[in-house]
Amino acid sequence: MKYVLMYTSRPDLDASTDPEAAQAVYKRVYEWFGENAGVMADSGAELLGVETATTVRHGSDGAVVVDGPFNEAKEVIGGFSVIDVSDMDAAIAVVKTWPMLDLPGVAVEIRPMVEDYSQFE
Amino acid sequence: MTTTDDLLARTLREEAGPLVARLSRRFGDFDVAEEAVQGAVVEALTSWRRSGPPDRAGAWLQVAATRNAMDALRLRDRQRALAARADPPTDHGSGEDTDDRLALLFACCHPALAPEARLALTLRAVVGLTTPQIARAFLVNETTLAQRVVRAKRKIVSAGITLTVPPESQRAERLSDVLAVVYVMFNEGFVSSTGPTQDRDLAADAVWLAGVVATSLPDQAEAWGLAALLTIQHARSRSRFADGELVLLRDQDRSLWDHEAIAEGERMIERAASLRRPGAYQLQAAIAAVHATGASWAETDWLQISLLYDELARYDASPVVRLNQLVAHAQVAGPEDALRRLESLAAPLAGYHLFHATRAQLLAAVGRDDEAAAANRRALELTANDAERRLLTRRLHSRPLDDGS
Repeated sequence: MKYVLMYTSRPDLDASTDPEAAQAVYKRVYEWFGENAGVMADSGAELLGVETATTVRHGSDGAVVVDGPFNEAKEVIGGFSVIDVSDMDAAIAVVKTWPMLDLPGVAVEIRPMVEDYSQFE
Repeated sequence: MTTTDDLLARTLREEAGPLVARLSRRFGDFDVAEEAVQGAVVEALTSWRRSGPPDRAGAWLQVAATRNAMDALRLRDRQRALAARADPPTDHGSGEDTDDRLALLFACCHPALAPEARLALTLRAVVGLTTPQIARAFLVNETTLAQRVVRAKRKIVSAGITLTVPPESQRAERLSDVLAVVYVMFNEGFVSSTGPTQDRDLAADAVWLAGVVATSLPDQAEAWGLAALLTIQHARSRSRFADGELVLLRDQDRSLWDHEAIAEGERMIERAASLRRPGAYQLQAAIAAVHATGASWAETDWLQISLLYDELARYDASPVVRLNQLVAHAQVAGPEDALRRLESLAAPLAGYHLFHATRAQLLAAVGRDDEAAAANRRALELTANDAERRLLTRRLHSRPLDDGS
């Protein structure tokens, strides 16, 4: 099954992280992608900071373009991957080793991808 | 609960879980399988109540559930090919299905499911209860409950939660989620399943399920610990109510206790201890065993209980455990000391009725009757359970306050 992993963090907590510790985690992130190359289904992406986000939103007189992310949550999406593994437990096992989880405020959302379009027919 | 109900319950809980697991595998769809078995359970309750369970109840259920599953699959266009490929229904009844049932249980208690859905789904799919039975037991709206179950089942299917026993490396962690569900099942049943409207004894179901888990995973000490705890607690159930009123441990007629079950619980504790992996359930079981083997409330080995609570607090420092620890200490060191230490729990347990009930007893024990009455009133305001409410009312109007806890 294919799952999208959405890597999120809390920018407001980043400042409190020891830069050296953060550097060590980034190095492990690089290695992590190497170790998990086998389950990566498509190339994911690392995103630029949330301050670069632009949102196009529904408006009654047509779409409106606004500055900022689509929601006001403290957590922001920093990137995503698509993995292809046997089941949810396998996906959880991969995600549990995500090195950034050592940092406060970090979370990874796992979402199954729609693969069987016949269910919408 | 009648004898027929009891027989139905035993039969259904033995057969339902393995059948859900088996049909899930055969049809590759947990949702369809679970729904089909639920339908068969409802049919069985109607038919078996009338004429008693058939000789081969497992086969009966399997035929009914398989027919339901095939019907459901035929209704679904995209599943037509799958239904055609599936094996024709056979009627080999229950057998060596423990691993299947265990895999099903791990799926129903999966951490990716909402906690309140895990219990409902486990009761339906693993223990063979119907949605109305569950709704009655938990005093929740049937529609809300049904929606909760539907959402959880859809997630199992769409998110790829599979019916597998987790590998050794994750087993202990995942097992703790399973044990938590069984523990809650027991507690809900132990507190509430006494009315004439109940046709399933949830506490008995939980004791049974804890036993299934422990015997299926014999090297997991905490599984034995929980099985022991529930077995011993349940052994006291006949003495907990008299004329519909809750009877406290202190006043219970100990000759009504099932001493054979208590001995079995003690053997389970020994089995757990031999694995040398102590844990919170084992300690709670040990505490329950000391209570259950005391000749009377006064002759209970309070020092031993107090020491066990000290140990338990190292695993579980929750305010509720600390409250019980303090009650045990009060038996050893006296109410004055316990009252002083109780103050540190006032904030975290402000909304917990047993905190106020405990405080009331300690206040009464040192002669502060007005404050005791106020604490009892607070406890009364906070309890949701009818039997407990009546007990607290009785205590509020009785002087001296001497009914123990």
